[in-house]
Amino acid sequence: MAKKQMHGWQHNSAMRTHRHGIGRISVGLLCSWLVACSSGSQEPQSQTFSAYPPQPGGTLISAMPSDPSSMIGMVAGESASLAIGAYLFNSLLKYDQNLDLTGELAESWQVADDKKTITFKLKPGLQWADGKPLTSADILFTWQLITDEKTHSPYASDYQLVTHADAPDPRTFIVHYSQPFAPALESWASLQVLPKHKLAGQDIRTTSFAQKPLSSHYYQLKEWRHGEYIKLERNPKSVLGSANIDHLIERIIPDPAAQFLELMADNIDSMNLDPITYARIIPSRPTLQVRLNQFKELGNSYTYLGFNLKRKPFDDVRVRKAINYAIDKQEIIDGVYLGLGIAIGSPYKPGTRWSNPQLTPYPFDPTRAKKLLAEAGYQDSDGDGVVERDGKKLSFEVLTNLGNKGREKTAVIIQRRLKEVGIETHIRSLEWASLLTNFIKPGDFDAVVMGWGLGLDPDQYTIWHSSQQKPGQFNFIGYSNPAVDKLLEQGRLEFDPEKRMQIYHEFAKVLYDDSPLVYLSAGYGLTAIHKRVQGIMNPVPPAGVGYDSQKWYIPEPLRRTQIQAE
Amino acid sequence: MLTYLIRRILWMIPMLVGISLISFFIMHLAPGDITSSEAAFDPKSSEEARQKLRELYHLDKPIIVQYGLWLERMVHLDFGHSFASHQKPVFWAETDKEGNTTPGMIQEALPVTLLMNIAGLLLTLTLAVPLGVIAAKKYARWPDRSITLFNFIGFSIPGFWLSLLLMYWLGVIHTWFPISGLHSLNYAQLDTLGKAQDLLMHLFLPVVIPAITGLAGVTMFVKNGMLDVLSQDFVTTARAKGLSDRTVTYRHALRNALLPLITLIGLSLPGLIGGSVIAETIFAIPGMGKLFYEAVMMRDFPVVMGILTIGSALTLLGNLLADLAYAWADPRLRKGVMPQR
Repeated sequence: MAKKQMHGWQHNSAMRTHRHGIGRISVGLLCSWLVACSSGSQEPQSQTFSAYPPQPGGTLISAMPSDPSSMIGMVAGESASLAIGAYLFNSLLKYDQNLDLTGELAESWQVADDKKTITFKLKPGLQWADGKPLTSADILFTWQLITDEKTHSPYASDYQLVTHADAPDPRTFIVHYSQPFAPALESWASLQVLPKHKLAGQDIRTTSFAQKPLSSHYYQLKEWRHGEYIKLERNPKSVLGSANIDHLIERIIPDPAAQFLELMADNIDSMNLDPITYARIIPSRPTLQVRLNQFKELGNSYTYLGFNLKRKPFDDVRVRKAINYAIDKQEIIDGVYLGLGIAIGSPYKPGTRWSNPQLTPYPFDPTRAKKLLAEAGYQDSDGDGVVERDGKKLSFEVLTNLGNKGREKTAVIIQRRLKEVGIETHIRSLEWASLLTNFIKPGDFDAVVMGWGLGLDPDQYTIWHSSQQKPGQFNFIGYSNPAVDKLLEQGRLEFDPEKRMQIYHEFAKVLYDDSPLVYLSAGYGLTAIHKRVQGIMNPVPPAGVGYDSQKWYIPEPLRRTQIQAE
Repeated sequence: MLTYLIRRILWMIPMLVGISLISFFIMHLAPGDITSSEAAFDPKSSEEARQKLRELYHLDKPIIVQYGLWLERMVHLDFGHSFASHQKPVFWAETDKEGNTTPGMIQEALPVTLLMNIAGLLLTLTLAVPLGVIAAKKYARWPDRSITLFNFIGFSIPGFWLSLLLMYWLGVIHTWFPISGLHSLNYAQLDTLGKAQDLLMHLFLPVVIPAITGLAGVTMFVKNGMLDVLSQDFVTTARAKGLSDRTVTYRHALRNALLPLITLIGLSLPGLIGGSVIAETIFAIPGMGKLFYEAVMMRDFPVVMGILTIGSALTLLGNLLADLAYAWADPRLRKGVMPQR
C-alpha cells in the first residue's frame, strides 16, 4: 500500500493512468482556446474571502478521475479505493505532518529488544459508526483477512511476514516476526482496519460491504451513485474526534477539461491540476485567481531513464554516466512540466530525512559525457555523427508508455541531447499492458522512460535488491550490487530512524556512483482549492496539503446557498 | 413465414458461438491481463500475489480451456464477475445472504446508454426526415445547398471539441445547462417532475451534440431515397391522377423512400447499447462506452465478453427485426411477389 493517501487527496499527476488519454488531448485543445479568450467572460461575484474562525458544517465538493471499484482498498488494490477508504477506515499508526510515525488507533507501540515483536496498545473507547466497540479483535481479523490466500490482496506480502499475531485483550495487539522487519511499521500505518462483526464469515471478494461499508474514521458513506458521485457524511462517533465539514462529495469526472469547466462554474471546490492549468491558465484568468488557492507539493515519485543493465553497452558504468551527463534534467522539467518539478540525486523525496543532501543531481555536461564515452572506447571513426566501438554503433531503443504525454516528450528531449554526444536512440511508445508483458517482463528492452511511485518508508528492497529480478518482479533493469544488497538488508533490520537514515544515505550514494538509471525529475502534485475552504495548513507541510483535512472548515457566509443543481 | 422465423432464430445460435469464439480469442491476443495494469506496478505489491490472482481467474490455463469455462457459464446465462471491479457481477444484480444487493455493471450502465441513444436516434430521425425531404424537393436549389452545407459542417466538427465549446458557453458563461454528470447532487430530494427536468437538462448536451454531428448520414440517405422515388413512374402516375403535391410527396413517395431507412434503423439497434466513449468521458456519464473502454484497458475479460456477447446478439436480432419490418412494410415481400432472402 505504498500510495496511501494521507487523507485521501491524490495529488500525483504522474500516477494518473492511461485511462485519461482522451482527456489529455481535449484538455490541450481547450487550454489553448481558453487562453486565447481569457479576457472574455466576466463574473459578477466579487466576494472577499476574509478569514473566519473554525466552525462546523458545509459541504466540500471535489472531483476525482475514476470511480473506485470498492471501498475495501487493500483488496481492490487501486488508488481511488484507497483514497476513499482513507476517509472511512483507521490504521494503527499514521504519519504526522513531518512524516514521522505516530499513533492513530494505537495509543503507543513498542518494539521488543529483539526487534521481532511489536506490541500495540489501543486508545480507550474506540468504536465503529454503529456504536459497536473497535477492539484488537478487529485488527487481528483484518490481518487474517489480508493474509488469507482467498483474499488475493496484492499487498499481502508485507503482512505475510508476520509469523503470528495475538489479541490478548481488547486493547492489546501483538505481532511476531521471524526476523526484524523495519518497514513493518509503515505496513501498520497502511492497513485499513475493517469491522469483524460485519465481515466475519463473508466472502471478501463478493461481499456487499464493499458497496456499503461501516466506518470508524471521520466520515461515513452516505450515498454512492456509481460513476457519478460519492457522498460522505461526518461520522459523529469518529474515534479521533469530529471533522469540521459536514459532507464531502467526490464527483467522478474523468475528463480533466470537464473538471476544469466545473471548477470555473464553481460547481466543485477542488481538483488536481496539470502543469499548464496551474502555471498558465489560472494565472491568466483574474476571476479564477480571486477565488482559488493553488498548492504545489512534491509527490513521492519520480521519472527516470532506466537501462537494461544485462545488455551491452549498459553494463559499462562509463556509458551510463556519460548518458547521465548528456541529459539536461532542468530542460526537461522546464519544457515538459513547465518548471513544476525538481531534479534529484537520490531516489527519495527531496527535503525528507531519507534524501541524502550531499548528492546533487548529475549536472548537464556534454563535454564530460563525450570524454567518458571516449574512455569507454567509443569513437566516431566514420564521421556519421554516431560513435562506435569495435565497428558497432552506440544506438539503442527507448521505450515508454503510450498516452503519457510527459514521458513521450521527455523521451524526445533525451533523444536530441544524446544525439549531440553521438548516441543514436529510437523512441517507441507502447500501450502499457503491452510494454509490461512483452518487454519489461521478459527483459527484452534497451532503455525505458518510466516512473516510480514510492511509499513513505525508505525501504526499496523490491526495486533494487539483486534477488528481485525474476520476471514480473520490480528490479527489471537487472541491478545487482552486493553493497546495495547488504545496505537494503540492513535497512530492513534497523528500527532506529537516525541509523536507518545513515543506511539509506549510503545506499543512495552507491546508486549515485553506479548510475543504474538517470533520475529525470520528481514532479509536483498540483491542486486548486476554493478560498471558501479555510484552515488549510500554510505553508504546505511535508505530509502534503491534504494533511489534517478534518480541520478544514467552510465559514457559513461563504457556503453555497444550496447544493447547486445547475 | 413461421418456419422462416424459426429457422432464422435457430441459425443465430451457431453464429453467436462463432462470434463469441472469435471475440474471445482476439481479446486474449492483446498482451497482458488484469494483473498488468499500471496500478499493479506498485513496488509494494508482489509477483506471487499477482500469480495467485491469475490462477484464481484461470488466466494461466490455455485459452481454449478458458473459453470452455466461459461458455459453460454462458449456457446458464451467467455472465460472471468482473476481475477489476471487486468482483461485481457483470450483468445481473446479485443478492447475498443478508439481503444486500450488488447491482450488475451492465445493468447499471445500460439504461443510461439506452436512454441517451434512443433519444438521440429519435432526435436525428425527426430532424433528418424533414430535412431530407426538403432537400430532395428543392434539389440543387438553395434549401438543398444550405441543408447539405449545415450537415457537412456538423459532420466535420469533432464532437468532443464542439462539446467542450458548448459546455463552456452554456454551462460556464451562462449557467443554463449542467456541465457534466447525469444527476444533480440534490436529485434524491427532488419531486418527480423535478427529477425528470433534472435528467433532461443533464442529457440535453450529450444527446443533442452527437445528434447534430450524426445528422449528415441519415439526411443524405433520406434525400437520395426521395430523389430515386420521385423520378419513378408511379409518382408520375399519382401526379397525373391529379393528386395534390402534398399527397404525392408524403403518402406515395415518402413511404417508399423510407423503406431503406428500416434497414438502417435495424442495423443501428446494436449501436444503441454501445455508448460513445468520448461523449461519455467528457460529460462524465457512466454508460456502456466508458464501461467497455475501461474494461478493455484493464483487460477485464468477463466484462468485455459480456458486452460483446450482448452486442452481437442484438446485432443478429436487429437484422432479423429489420427483415421482419421490411416484410411488414413492403407488401411485395410479405406476399412473396419477390423471392425471400
